[in-house]
Amino acid sequence: MVNPQIEGKIYPRTSSYLVGREKIREFAKAVFSKDPANLDLEAAKALGYQDLIAPPTFAVVIQERSLATVLADKEAAIDFSRVVHGDQRFIHQRPIVAGDELTSELKVASVKALAGNSMVTFETAIFDARDQLVCTAISTLVVRGGA
Amino acid sequence: MNLTVGQELPARDFKITRDSLVRYAGASGDFNPIHYRDDVAQSVGLPGVLAHGMLTMGLAVQVVVDFVGDSGQILDYQVRFTKPVLVDAEKGATVSVAAKVIEIDEETKLARIDVTAVCAELTVLGKAQVRVKI
Repeated sequence: MVNPQIEGKIYPRTSSYLVGREKIREFAKAVFSKDPANLDLEAAKALGYQDLIAPPTFAVVIQERSLATVLADKEAAIDFSRVVHGDQRFIHQRPIVAGDELTSELKVASVKALAGNSMVTFETAIFDARDQLVCTAISTLVVRGGA
Repeated sequence: MNLTVGQELPARDFKITRDSLVRYAGASGDFNPIHYRDDVAQSVGLPGVLAHGMLTMGLAVQVVVDFVGDSGQILDYQVRFTKPVLVDAEKGATVSVAAKVIEIDEETKLARIDVTAVCAELTVLGKAQVRVKI
């Protein structure tokens, strides 16, 4: 079971992640995007963006960097092999754009016990190089209880 | 963009193969072997290799992106993962995605579009809601 004491815990800012143009194209193809703003620089610029913009779920890549710090935290005691993704939400202030240098800060919003399982909700705030909020990623993991 | 409450957006079928899973693993950095190795999937009690939930989430929103024509208009997107998508090594899997306009708020200039995703007659995403700028 997940340590309920980590509720409210804030994990340190991750190191900066530079969003690459080809990474956006690679991710866009992997999620079957046909959006020219993800794939074609001229099309993205015609819409007023500085560079290619990322698909709406790309922020998961940044969220994962923060989640890795939690999974490595012995105090949290989360057994990754028992983790199932319960739900996920992304609230964007603006799209992620190629060239962005992003950091993230994760807060453990809640830890609940339910039918022998733990449900942990994380809120990851993603910031750009000017420290402006770009996206809030909210993720609930279900950690199945031990046999 | 012209949206009306009750409007259905053009649906799309997504054919997922094991190749799609490997591609998504590389693109996202999620290399959990339950998404590409049958032996590992079975050892943890799964019926077989599953698609990444985040792949299903990522492709389902494309029905809305196709319609609005700009990923940057998607301000808020949430889903619940209700059933796993089992991806057969030979036959793959097909996820059928549809979307419908639920409400339009003229004050906030936001529309709520709900998405349904079905694979093998099972609803694989629940409470899948997209909020877009109008």
